[in-house]
Amino acid sequence: MKTEVNICGIKFKNPVVTASGTYGFGDEYGQFYDISRLGAVCVKGLTLAKRDGNIPPRIAETPSGILNSVGLQNPGVDAFISDYLPRLIDKGATVIANISGNSIEDYCEMAKRLAGTKTHMLEMNISCPNVKQGGMAFGTNPDTVYEITKEVKKYAAQPLIVKLSPNVTDITQTAKAAEAGGADAISLINTLTGMKIDINTRKPILYNNIGGLSGPAVKPVAVRMVWQCRNAVSIPIIGMGGIASGEDAIEFMLAGANAVAVGTYNFVNPNACIDVINGIEDYMKKHNIDDINDIVGKVILNG
Amino acid sequence: MSLEVIGSVIKIAEIAPNIYDMLIKTDMAYKCKPGQFANILCEGGNALLRRPISICNAGNNMVKIIFEKKGEGTKLLSEYKEGQNINMLIPLGHGFDLGDYKNPVIVGGGIGVPPLLYLAESVNNPSIFLGFRSKSNIILKDEFEKCGKTVISTDDGSFGHGGLITVPLKTHLENNKCDVIMACGPTPMLKGIAALAKEFGIPCQVSMEQRMACGIGACLVCACKTKNKDGENFSHVCKDGPVFDAAEVFFE
Ligand SMILES: Cc1cc2nc3c(=O)[nH]c(=O)nc-3n(C[C@H](O)[C@H](O)[C@H](O)COP(=O)(O)OP(=O)(O)OC[C@H]3O[C@@H](n4cnc5c(N)ncnc54)[C@H](O)[C@@H]3O)c2cc1C
Ligand SMILES: Cc1cc2nc3c(=O)[nH]c(=O)nc-3n(C[C@H](O)[C@H](O)[C@H](O)COP(=O)(O)O)c2cc1C
Ligand code: FES
Repeated sequence: MKTEVNICGIKFKNPVVTASGTYGFGDEYGQFYDISRLGAVCVKGLTLAKRDGNIPPRIAETPSGILNSVGLQNPGVDAFISDYLPRLIDKGATVIANISGNSIEDYCEMAKRLAGTKTHMLEMNISCPNVKQGGMAFGTNPDTVYEITKEVKKYAAQPLIVKLSPNVTDITQTAKAAEAGGADAISLINTLTGMKIDINTRKPILYNNIGGLSGPAVKPVAVRMVWQCRNAVSIPIIGMGGIASGEDAIEFMLAGANAVAVGTYNFVNPNACIDVINGIEDYMKKHNIDDINDIVGKVILNG
Repeated sequence: MSLEVIGSVIKIAEIAPNIYDMLIKTDMAYKCKPGQFANILCEGGNALLRRPISICNAGNNMVKIIFEKKGEGTKLLSEYKEGQNINMLIPLGHGFDLGDYKNPVIVGGGIGVPPLLYLAESVNNPSIFLGFRSKSNIILKDEFEKCGKTVISTDDGSFGHGGLITVPLKTHLENNKCDVIMACGPTPMLKGIAALAKEFGIPCQVSMEQRMACGIGACLVCACKTKNKDGENFSHVCKDGPVFDAAEVFFE
């Protein structure tokens, strides 16, 4: 049985990746299992300079989902390279560095600084709803997606994944723009913007008022968007949004994802990533699938 | 090593209106220190995230928690039956620094009182101050009285001192020796206690609350603004706390 997938020349043991921002730098969930068992570890979103993040509360629970407004709290790309990356490499992880910026120059500079390091891939987050400048503003306009991808590609030594925002009318437009700009892969979805109000105090739960929705609640939206993108681009897709089990991961792969990421569900089940890997293998056994790559995009449409 | 533990509910009882006392059998009990907490999966309904609940007491392969029924998660928890399995991440966070204090003062308010019981049992001859809304909300009175002299206040004056617990606390500090204050309760109360500690020049440890997701330091949602030698920062209650040096916390 073959679970290995190849994403732009980087081999993942299996299709399961961690979703950025839900997994720190691998230390915490590394207490529960060996992180080298994962397809890849995608780290917390990095910025050029250290960021403190937003004022709390930064989280609210909603039906089958959560809203977060962390605001990209991180130690900065240089601290990642010196303090966190070596530990991930020592543990045998395949590492994806997730980068965010306020300007095209920020993204280019981060790509440059990561170029000489052991980072395996870059994921460019142009879809963060929780920062005032940049972030999602880059990810919702196809022209800027094209431009930023093209610029960052000039400096990226590793394969570049462009992470798309679901907060658009037609995600195939930004997906195509990323591909045209030279993206090696795309990942989706980042969080959907949302709001929750405490009706007794009449105040939003999040200090930031609005935040990003994730978890099982967003899964059908994410599956639909992965499927639309599969029909729009030919580069690999990393699908995510509400994945909690092997069955969920298979659904994304049938829709067209070459790999999947697990985010919010890590908080519920600290062994979620391992359970997803095992669930994928169970499905393969049950359905006599020898190679997981054979199911990618194999949804059988009606009509 | 695994922090994910499946315990078994030994006993559950409503000890005051909407306040539940749950005794859980788990062989991880010996690892729990005063001030640490559990992140508990509340199964059987629509609570997605785990709920953080302090360890009220631990020992003999048992962990005791006391929680208030507030929303969906704690409602589900209150419906657990004896013998039912309970999934917890335990023990989490940094608890109180027990040091070698001679005259510790312990101060609690409302649902912040339970975690202080294990603490009161673990330090030398504590002076204890507990604040509640009203007489019917008083919990663990006998248990605390076994550990040391216990002063109780109620907001409505229906039992003990009427008004804020910081009033009898201040009188105590004016007339007695005290080398540490350890506190847990609502933020305005902690703010008042921290101000008294500063006024009297006494070290003070406070247990902070914030909304959480992972409970282990991975998601960064449980921010608490602190200052230390490296400047101002957002620390994380689940990993850097829940117990902090009061002098380092910005009380919002
Ligand atoms: C370290 C720590 C220790 C705690 N110890 C205790 C304890 O011993 N006994 C006890 O009764 N309560 C304790 N709490 C508070 C307890 O976590 C909340 O009352 C509980 O999470 C509310 O959940 P719910 O489903 O009933 O409410 P809901 O309002 O339905 O919860 C919705 C979401 O908000 C979160 N939330 C709501 N209120 C709080 C709050 N005050 N603090 C943190 N998260 C909140 C919930 O965890 C959940 O994610 C503690 C909190 C922390 C952070
Ligand atoms: C607490 C939290 C923090 C996140 N931080 C980031 C981030 O720093 N960079 C990023 O690209 N996505 C971030 N995300 C989005 C996730 O990587 C993922 O795209 C989204 O949550 C959907 O997957 P899920 O439903 O499995 O969580 C974050 C999500 C959560 C819940
Ligand atoms: S709850 Fe996730 S970092 Fe504290």
